[in-house]
Amino acid sequence: MLIGEVVGSVVSSRKDEQLESFKLLVVQVRDHSNQPKDQYVVAVDSVGAGTGDLVLYATGSSARQTTTTKDKPCDAVVMAIVDSWGVGGENVYEKWSS
Amino acid sequence: MYLGRVTGRLVATVRYEGMDDVKLQLLEPLDEAGGPTGEQLVAACALSVGPGDLVHYVDGREAALALPDETFVPVDVAITGFVEQADVNGEELPLDALGRPAAREEPDVREEPAVWEEPDDPQAEEVQR
Amino acid sequence: MILAEVIGTVVSPSVQVPALGGRKLLVVRPVRPDGTAVGPKPRIAIDTVGAGVGDRVLVIDEGNAGRQILEAPGAPVKTLIVGFVDEVELGGERVYDHGAEA
Repeated sequence: MLIGEVVGSVVSSRKDEQLESFKLLVVQVRDHSNQPKDQYVVAVDSVGAGTGDLVLYATGSSARQTTTTKDKPCDAVVMAIVDSWGVGGENVYEKWSS
Repeated sequence: MYLGRVTGRLVATVRYEGMDDVKLQLLEPLDEAGGPTGEQLVAACALSVGPGDLVHYVDGREAALALPDETFVPVDVAITGFVEQADVNGEELPLDALGRPAAREEPDVREEPAVWEEPDDPQAEEVQR
Repeated sequence: MILAEVIGTVVSPSVQVPALGGRKLLVVRPVRPDGTAVGPKPRIAIDTVGAGVGDRVLVIDEGNAGRQILEAPGAPVKTLIVGFVDEVELGGERVYDHGAEA
C-alpha cells in the first residue's frame, strides 16, 4: 500500500468492457514526510474518494482484492481515505485539522 | 514491455536447475530516439536474435513466462520478440546501430567446450617444435 | 494504470514468443496528467482498443490483469492499452480534453 493524494480524475468512454463502471482517479504519490513525489498513478476508486483526499492505494494483484475490482483487470485501487498518519511520533497529516 | 537492443551474449555454465537451456543475452534498453538509456540488462531469450538486433522485452514475473519450457524459473528479464521495424515520433529507428549485418546464424554456445587432447606421442610433439 | 501517449508503431511479425502472435504493438510514452513525459524509456504496449499514434490512452502494466483482458493464461504479457482518455481533470481544472484537441 502507498499513500497518495487524489489530484484529479480521468474520463474514458471507450475502454475494455471489463473496466466499465469504474471511477478512475489520478493519484499523486506522497513520500514519508507527506511531500508530493513526481509519480502519478490512475487508480480505480472503491471508497468514494475525491479530489484533495489523501488515500491509500494498492497495486498489482492486491488491487483485485476489493469487491469493486474483484476478478477485474485492474492494477491499482484506492481502498482507504487517510484520516491521519504519523512518522516517529510526529503527526505528518491530520485530515480534520484544517 | 520495453524496446531494447541486443549488445552481446553471456555464457554461464553453473545455473539454477531449469535454466540450463536458457540462452542469455546482454540487452540495452532504448529511449525514444533508439539511443541507449545507459542501463545494461541480462535477458533470457528463447528466440533467434543476436547482437545488434532491435527487440522488445518484458520484465518482472512475466519474463519467465516467455520461456518455452520451464516457466517457474528465477528469470526477471526476457526477450519477447524481434523488431523488424519501429517508427517512433515519425522517425524510423535504426535497425542495427552496431553496424553489423543482422545476426541470424549464430553458433550454439552451449555446445561442449573444446577439450585439450594430450598428444598420443610426446615425441611427435617434440619434433614439431 | 498509467496515462500514456501513443508515439509510434512496432512491426514484429516473424520472430516473437507465440503468445504475441497477431497482436498489434504500439510504442507509448508514459505521461503525467499534464501531458509531460515521465522518464526516458518508452514502453511497448499491446493494443486492445484500436488506438493510433497521437492518442492519449490508459495503460495497464500488470501481468494478471493483462492476461485476463487478452484471455491468454500463461502469456508473458504485461503492458496493455485498455482505454482512450477523453478528459483529465486536475485540481478542478481540465488539463486534457480529447474533444478540444481534435
